[in-house]
Amino acid sequence: MDLAFFGVQLLNGLQYGLLLFLIASGLTLIFGIMGIINLAHGAMYMIGAYLVYDLNLRLGNFWLAIVVAVPIAVALGLIIERLFLDTLYKRDHLYQVLLTFGLILVINEVQRIIWGGDVHSVAVPSPFDTSLQLTSNLQYSVYRLFLMGVCLALAAVIYWVIRHTRLGIIIRAGAVDRDMVEGLGINVRTLFTLIFSAGVALTAFAGMIAAPLSTIAPGMGDSILITCFVVVVIGGIGSIKGAFWGAILIGMAETFGSVLIPSLASMVIYLIMAAVLLVKPRGLFA
Amino acid sequence: MLHRYPRRVAIIMLALTLCVAVFPLWGPAVFGDQVDFIQEKLTLMVILALFTMSLDLLVGIVGLVSLGHALFFGVGAYTLALASPEYSAASLWWMLPLVIAVAAITAFVVGLLVIRTKGIFFIMSTLAFGQMFFYLISTSQFAGGTDGLFIMFRPSVTFGETTLLDLSNSQTFFYFCLGLLIVGYLFMRWLTRSYFGQVLDGIHDNEHRMQALGYATSGYKLVAFVIAGVLAAIAGMLAAMQYGFANPVQLGWHTSGEVLMMLILGGMGTIFGPILGAFAYEILLYVYEHLTVHWPILMGLTIIASVLVLPRGIAGLIIAPPWNRKKTPVAKEQAAESVIPPNSIQRNEG
Repeated sequence: MDLAFFGVQLLNGLQYGLLLFLIASGLTLIFGIMGIINLAHGAMYMIGAYLVYDLNLRLGNFWLAIVVAVPIAVALGLIIERLFLDTLYKRDHLYQVLLTFGLILVINEVQRIIWGGDVHSVAVPSPFDTSLQLTSNLQYSVYRLFLMGVCLALAAVIYWVIRHTRLGIIIRAGAVDRDMVEGLGINVRTLFTLIFSAGVALTAFAGMIAAPLSTIAPGMGDSILITCFVVVVIGGIGSIKGAFWGAILIGMAETFGSVLIPSLASMVIYLIMAAVLLVKPRGLFA
Repeated sequence: MLHRYPRRVAIIMLALTLCVAVFPLWGPAVFGDQVDFIQEKLTLMVILALFTMSLDLLVGIVGLVSLGHALFFGVGAYTLALASPEYSAASLWWMLPLVIAVAAITAFVVGLLVIRTKGIFFIMSTLAFGQMFFYLISTSQFAGGTDGLFIMFRPSVTFGETTLLDLSNSQTFFYFCLGLLIVGYLFMRWLTRSYFGQVLDGIHDNEHRMQALGYATSGYKLVAFVIAGVLAAIAGMLAAMQYGFANPVQLGWHTSGEVLMMLILGGMGTIFGPILGAFAYEILLYVYEHLTVHWPILMGLTIIASVLVLPRGIAGLIIAPPWNRKKTPVAKEQAAESVIPPNSIQRNEG
């Protein structure tokens, strides 16, 4: 493996890790603050990808498709939170698992009804549909670089909101002691709706911007959900910082795993998780 | 939790068992040509009932919500498939102990890791370990990858030269599974009422208090995890015999989710509820599949509805029917539960 090839893999791992962070951050926020385990999170990633595929065909413009798709995703999050989750906050995790599992069945089947069981793809949009010439025979897609930039910018925004705004203070306090926050006169109900919609929007947005790089297929949300669970377990629940470093670690591990030890590639991330559980059962950043 | 159930529970369960047991007598009259198919379905329901019951030990009795229980189901199926000779039948006398041993070792190792986690972490790590085995099996050469493995012959049950049970006969196999389910049920009843079961119940209610009383709760939870794993593996072995193959789907997380659905549908923590849940789920599935190709929507909505309206499942309806709910002890228990601050469980985690 020469240096340029290594560099490309490093960039790929970083890009995949940053994408995972967008999804995992929503998951970890919803866990940490609302105490809700949302299995339908991966399904929303899939919905994001399909929305942008569909709207891209209709509107003929990828960027316009994203602009239209994001509000739809937020609305979906609002509806799910108000309709189904409202009753679940005071119940055991078991019921949350089951209800959101039921939601997966429904969402996956609705996807099949609307878009069918075929595999689709989205063309890489201009002006990023070129590649950089690294060496004489190695290229790197500009869109991947752009995607990294978007993810990093969003990560910075999330960091800024949580560290430096009043909302961030409430979120951090809510993750530590929800009852106390409510006792101090914060409307937790509104906060929950906001967090859930934001989380769903983040994962759906991840699905949208990743659409040109991935195959859009039924069930694509399931595998990404479980990978994100691993990220959250490694990073520690409710910790955005943990989600970030966990995502980078898993992104790198999966990318390099599939290049260096293809036979064990699908196992690598779980072995890392097992190791973390042995040493720090609450995650690295809890 | 371990209070005695009203007499109607025993009556209903005995009546249903009898009804299922004499199926060969009334089946042909009702189902005509389809009787063989229905009997196969019934056998599958009996097997799934055993599987669901094993999960009840974790979820209902100890309060450990596992989303990776299919792992052990798959371990049973694949142990049978890998250990069976290709062109002859294995003997059940060593196959069953082998399945139990492999499942116990797997459950012990996985349990050691996941027992260290609590609440949401437990759910996620069991899910992740289940998927780890799923990928291990579905990308492996030795286990047939995504195609799985075929089992040509069901194990033989012989004593010396004489065949005691011919499991390849579908009716004998049906009774064999039913017998194992009944034995499993009696075992679970005995276990939950034993000293060990009382400690598990205590852990479910308040683990910190049990620790303060001097119980090494992790050890108890680990033993329960191993027992549940072994029972699930036996069910998995039976399922592989029934289908004639072992497939990665059997240990995927959708199977784990389905068995959890059967459990909630039947009513967790009751031991008899899971049996009803497995039957109810399979019957609903059969009906929905005949209604529409988009049956997952109906199934998903059913589960959402049962979580919202019927959290105690069918068993809850039998123990405390809606028309005389006020008189029964369960209703009081429900009332008492709602007084407990909702976040007390989460606070223990943090």
